[in-house]
Amino acid sequence: MSTVLAKQDRLKIFGLLSPAYLWLTVAIFLPLSAMLYFSFLSDVPFGQKEWFHTTENYKAFFTTPTYSILLWKSLRLALMVTVISVFIGFPCAYVLAKTIKGRAREALFLLVILPFWSNSLVRIFSWAIVLRGNGILEVGLNAVLPFEVDVNLMFSTPAIVIGLVHSYLPYVILTSYLALQAIDDNLIDAARSMGAGKLTILWRIILPLSLPGLLAGAVLIFVPVVGSFMEPRILGGRVGTYFGTVIEDQFVAVYNWPLGAALSFVLLAVVLLILAISSPILRKART
Amino acid sequence: MAEVSVQNVTKKFGTLKALDDVSMDFPDGGFFGLLGPSGSGKTTLLRAIAGFIFVDGGTIRIGEQSVEHVPVEKRDIGMMFQNYALFPNMTVADNIGFGLRVRKVGAAEERRRIGEALELVQLAEHGQRKPHQLSGGQRQRVALARAIVTNPRVLLLDEPLSALDKALRVDMQIELKRIQREIGITTIFVTHDQEEALTLSDKIGILKDGRMTQAGPPRDVYNAPNDIFSATFLGDANILSGSGATDDLRRNEEADIRMPQGFDGKSTLVVRPENMSISLTKPDQEGLSKLKATVVQRVFAGAMATCILQSGGNTIKVIARDQEFPDLSEGAQVWVSWPQDKTIAIPAN
Repeated sequence: MSTVLAKQDRLKIFGLLSPAYLWLTVAIFLPLSAMLYFSFLSDVPFGQKEWFHTTENYKAFFTTPTYSILLWKSLRLALMVTVISVFIGFPCAYVLAKTIKGRAREALFLLVILPFWSNSLVRIFSWAIVLRGNGILEVGLNAVLPFEVDVNLMFSTPAIVIGLVHSYLPYVILTSYLALQAIDDNLIDAARSMGAGKLTILWRIILPLSLPGLLAGAVLIFVPVVGSFMEPRILGGRVGTYFGTVIEDQFVAVYNWPLGAALSFVLLAVVLLILAISSPILRKART
Repeated sequence: MAEVSVQNVTKKFGTLKALDDVSMDFPDGGFFGLLGPSGSGKTTLLRAIAGFIFVDGGTIRIGEQSVEHVPVEKRDIGMMFQNYALFPNMTVADNIGFGLRVRKVGAAEERRRIGEALELVQLAEHGQRKPHQLSGGQRQRVALARAIVTNPRVLLLDEPLSALDKALRVDMQIELKRIQREIGITTIFVTHDQEEALTLSDKIGILKDGRMTQAGPPRDVYNAPNDIFSATFLGDANILSGSGATDDLRRNEEADIRMPQGFDGKSTLVVRPENMSISLTKPDQEGLSKLKATVVQRVFAGAMATCILQSGGNTIKVIARDQEFPDLSEGAQVWVSWPQDKTIAIPAN
């Protein structure tokens, strides 16, 4: 492909792209810039109160150990949710892409995408109904099992993880599915004809070839889960204090927007740093 | 290396009989072609021999072993796929070494045999390339090297040359035959290209609608097809038939057809286009079958030319070197003649 485009082509491309860029500017770049500016202020610049420029908000993150402890807790949660989602989602995507054909596949796809169609609050509260003591899960298990069990997962880390995995699982299924479907079935047949068993084929053919999709899904899950606040708050209760919930508190409870903005940008920086560190590995996996 | 024997094999997909009582022997060290139109069951037969498909009935033996219930990964076969199916994430050397790695032959042995295989397909310098950096012909050689490096008992090729352009295909046919002879491996390949089947095979099997209609050396099948399908699928054929057509031909005063031996009056007559010749006057030689015909079209195709004629209800095609045709204009009345022993009688069924 020619790298030098004719002037007319460039104009055409610019014309076609400009609505998208305009939207990005208005919807993302401007608000984010405002937030970045706020994060260097002592107070929100509307209202009667005095305000001045400061780096106090960022200093707060480094001087208050609670914040870094919570950030670490959020990163661990995101890692756990990502790993669980990958372990559930990848086999699921494999079955969808390679085993099931025709209408059954469409139906199962619908089930995978269904969480996207429901309101996230509704989704989380339905989990609350299932997971609480004397909830649907406990009643159901007791009806089936011959002995009494006591299941009360509500307000615990497992409840948060279950809720988050349920919300974000479709990402890893969809991206893995696309990558797996692109793998030619003949490659699997060829490997079998050379005597390879199922594990060898999975390890040396299917995983390497679908890794880009798998990793894209993992990133799509990891990044939002680090900053998640709704699931931890509703399903975690007292144990559900994470970096995301602290940021949310700054905005909706404490009304310390500058600190909330600063913590958000710290989070953004940490996530970008993690992606930057892991990108050589991702690139290596891609070739 | 081993012989392969397929006896009375049947395979159904739903209600469709993909293979219907198919039998064929593939003696040790031979090169065999399975030929047929798409949907004839030739690929199903190859995949059944490979072990991707388990047959519903009949027996398949590789060497002394009955393999009907042995899955592909345990059959010790080498297979080459239509689109080559090279692993895009591995180098050429790793592709070839895949089967050796599975068999745990050891690193040194693995390197030695990869080197040998690359040498055999004349790609010694390309071991560290990735498949996408190779040309079509080179990929094909890698696929071949990968299929034979483990010294399998049988080599199976699924439309091995169909993805190559014509010039390259002819080169690869010669190359494929050379390599097959060099290692002496029993080789079975599937093709819909009759020329390829004739060129490569020691023996061909023709399939139609899941049935093996004829099997034998290419020359025998070509010269003595045992049904109309074999006659028309393998090469060109003039069919002097239709209901009662042979009677028509006899009654035709402008025709003098010498019936072949064993002619029972109901057979269909088949003559290969290259066995016929055209003359402007009635040939007076004894022992020739003669037929008066009208020139419909003359097609020049380089070395060879084709003349299409009409005689009674029959369309007749004659192929010869261009200069061997007399000066013909469309609509001209000419005589078509051919030796008596070139008339093939196919019994009516």
